[in-house]
Amino acid sequence: MRVTSRAPARAGALIAAATAWLGSAAAHAGSESPNTSNGLNLPYGVTGLAHSIYDLHMECFWICVGIAVVVFGAMIYSLIAFRHSKGAIPDKTMLHSTKVEIIWTIIPVVILVVVAIPAAELIIKLEDAPPPDLSIRVTGYQWKWQYQYMDAAEGIDFFSTLKQDSNFARELHSGIDPASIPNYLLEVDHPLVIPSGTKVRLLLTSDDVIHAWYVPDFGLKRSAIPGFINELWFEVDPGKEGIYRGQCAALCGRDHAFMPIVVDVRTPDEFKKWVDQQKAASKQAAAVEPQPPPTARAESPVAGAGR
Amino acid sequence: MAHEHTHPTAHDAAHDDHGPAHGWRRWVFATNHKDIGTMYLVFSLIMFFVGGSMAMVIRAELFKPGLQLVSPEFFNQMTTMHALIMIFGAVMPAFVGLANWMIPMQVGAPDMALPRMNNLSFWILPFAFTILISSFLVPGGAPAAGWTMYPPLVLQTGDAMPMLVFSVHLMGASSIMGAINIIVTIMNMRAPGMTLLKMPLFCWSWLITAYLLIAVMPVLAGAVTMLLTDHFFKTSFFNAAGGGDPLMFEHVFWFFGHPEVYIMILPAFGIISEILPTFSRKPLFGATSMIYAIASIAFLSFIVWGHHMFVDGMPLAAQMFFMMSTMLIAVPTGVKVFNWTATMWRGSISFEPPMLFAIAFLFLFSIGGFSGLMLALTPVDFQYNNTYFVVAHFHYVLVPGAIFAIMAGVYYWLPKWTGHMYNMTLAKAHFWLSAIFVNVLFFPQHFLGLAGMPRRIPDYAVQFSDWNMVSSIGGFVFGASQLLFAWLILECARGGRKATAEVWNDATPTGLEWTLPSPPPYHSFTVAPEVK
Repeated sequence: MRVTSRAPARAGALIAAATAWLGSAAAHAGSESPNTSNGLNLPYGVTGLAHSIYDLHMECFWICVGIAVVVFGAMIYSLIAFRHSKGAIPDKTMLHSTKVEIIWTIIPVVILVVVAIPAAELIIKLEDAPPPDLSIRVTGYQWKWQYQYMDAAEGIDFFSTLKQDSNFARELHSGIDPASIPNYLLEVDHPLVIPSGTKVRLLLTSDDVIHAWYVPDFGLKRSAIPGFINELWFEVDPGKEGIYRGQCAALCGRDHAFMPIVVDVRTPDEFKKWVDQQKAASKQAAAVEPQPPPTARAESPVAGAGR
Repeated sequence: MAHEHTHPTAHDAAHDDHGPAHGWRRWVFATNHKDIGTMYLVFSLIMFFVGGSMAMVIRAELFKPGLQLVSPEFFNQMTTMHALIMIFGAVMPAFVGLANWMIPMQVGAPDMALPRMNNLSFWILPFAFTILISSFLVPGGAPAAGWTMYPPLVLQTGDAMPMLVFSVHLMGASSIMGAINIIVTIMNMRAPGMTLLKMPLFCWSWLITAYLLIAVMPVLAGAVTMLLTDHFFKTSFFNAAGGGDPLMFEHVFWFFGHPEVYIMILPAFGIISEILPTFSRKPLFGATSMIYAIASIAFLSFIVWGHHMFVDGMPLAAQMFFMMSTMLIAVPTGVKVFNWTATMWRGSISFEPPMLFAIAFLFLFSIGGFSGLMLALTPVDFQYNNTYFVVAHFHYVLVPGAIFAIMAGVYYWLPKWTGHMYNMTLAKAHFWLSAIFVNVLFFPQHFLGLAGMPRRIPDYAVQFSDWNMVSSIGGFVFGASQLLFAWLILECARGGRKATAEVWNDATPTGLEWTLPSPPPYHSFTVAPEVK
């Protein structure tokens, strides 16, 4: 389990204590966590946007906790102090107070403005995507993902499906203990490989129904909708190379739970090596047997996407 | 209900006393608001258990990782049908049942304004749900694309497709007729002297809800009709390959769907606003601002639908607009919670079962409100969307929110309806089991969602095991404890200690319903009471 030093500190003593008490979300299963979440809270993540989203989440969370302490405190005080059984006499003249009502209309408005400002700034930051260094077309299918690289990695094109051992174990009455499968339901045959410290842009669409591409550590999810191209961009922090896992996040039919997303983040050098390997391998394959003509199905995400 | 022949009070002895018809005719040809209200409530309770048993299947499958009980197809049918049945079969009819029973009695009327339409609007429902539930038996099984029915997925539904669409049409027709009846009753049949601002909060909340229903149910009917023609008549409303737009469905659906959320909570606000003053022995604080708050929430509910679709891709301006408009809802909702707290403040509080449920509502609905505020923030929604965090959020507002309010209302008015007091010890046991285990059930789902578990999945990665097991245990105990509720109602209908007209003599119930004997006469107010 990858733990950033910052996440538990920001989450505060409450959550840290709860984590210690729980101490099991990842440890119990004996397998690595799919992301930097501690099992109770959002992952701090490995991209700048994920960090900003985490911070906004925590800010709003603590504001809610503060409001809850005040409001629940007043309620609990009332329940204890003004009990009929203790002979409390009701103050029947307390009908309304314009002054008080104005105050507790304005205070929430102020709090909302305090939350809305950083939220609005973050939306702008998210939308203001600088030109990407690497673009990848991502197409959702029932029930797998297709990754088609563009730019410097043009030509790399593969499908990513649930790994066989998970696929056997997830059958009804399979008799296989999911805990015995490494990264049960979160492992694929061909992970998406991307470089760290590089602006990666995903162009998402779908060949059939609506899917959603979601890796919690990158902070974002985005729907893959037939007939649309949606953009999603992120830049993984240098030094955070590793495997990150996620799942389809839009109900897409029978095997919705079984089309995971695995991203293998490498250093730019390692990534370049991988690209060269892939290209060499496909050249070799092309030399051995003639390239089959592209099928209509493989073409459709591109052809159908030009709205 | 127990009483067959009513002996009206002296002043209307001259009137011919129309007792109910006997046997099945009383129910099939019912035009009496109490009989129809009873049928609505019984129907809703049955649907609550049907939908609840589906929830039990869901929680049993999610008890541990791996598929042990059901196939993924069947699991998807369970989640879809659980939602449709709970929303349209349990929560909405329960509120209409309460409206039928209470609105004529609260405004001082003999009955609802349109009794025959009332009969029709109820009797449509059993047919609608027979059609919907029998879709389990047709090739392809029941609908499995989620209650949101997003195309293109929903277009893959088998023979259940037309059954889904037709049953939704029927439910919509029923809701619209119920809403018209409530509006007409409130507008035309109030007792002399009862100005709108003197009207009980429950009637107010229903008046506004009824307008929401009339505004949005036709939109849902239109959306599902377009699904039907896309499926059978080769139209391409939502088919990208034919030049259509799958996102358009989401816009139309959520234009219905968000007001629908408030249709399920505004009457709950009304019920809580009746109960808290009674058991705090003190009038509702800021009654007028409560009405304005409900009206503001109703208005805002029409301009926030986009927050369900942030991850689908949206222009910057739309993201901003929907985020801010959604956050604004926190203001009137806050006013309501503060006013309820102020109602208890310097009161004299006792803890009868309706009050216990109302207090639990205050706390737990607020938790749902907090997660709602967090979900409104567009950037963070990119994390929360479609995870168990959302499941936790809307179950907090619907179960300890809407359903606890319904239970509070039933415990409040049941002695009035039946003329008998119920078993208080059993009711308190039901409360404590429900209030504790609803949290065991739903609170851990916040953790699951934040840790990245998507919703609507039958099987999950092993690090989600612990909290799913906790949640399932909470679900089983919560589900089982609802049997106490059904038993208690049955027992109370059969007999028990006689209830007085005021029922809660020790507290201060206000409103015209408490001036009638318990149980009330067949035609509630044959002579309109004078309201000062």
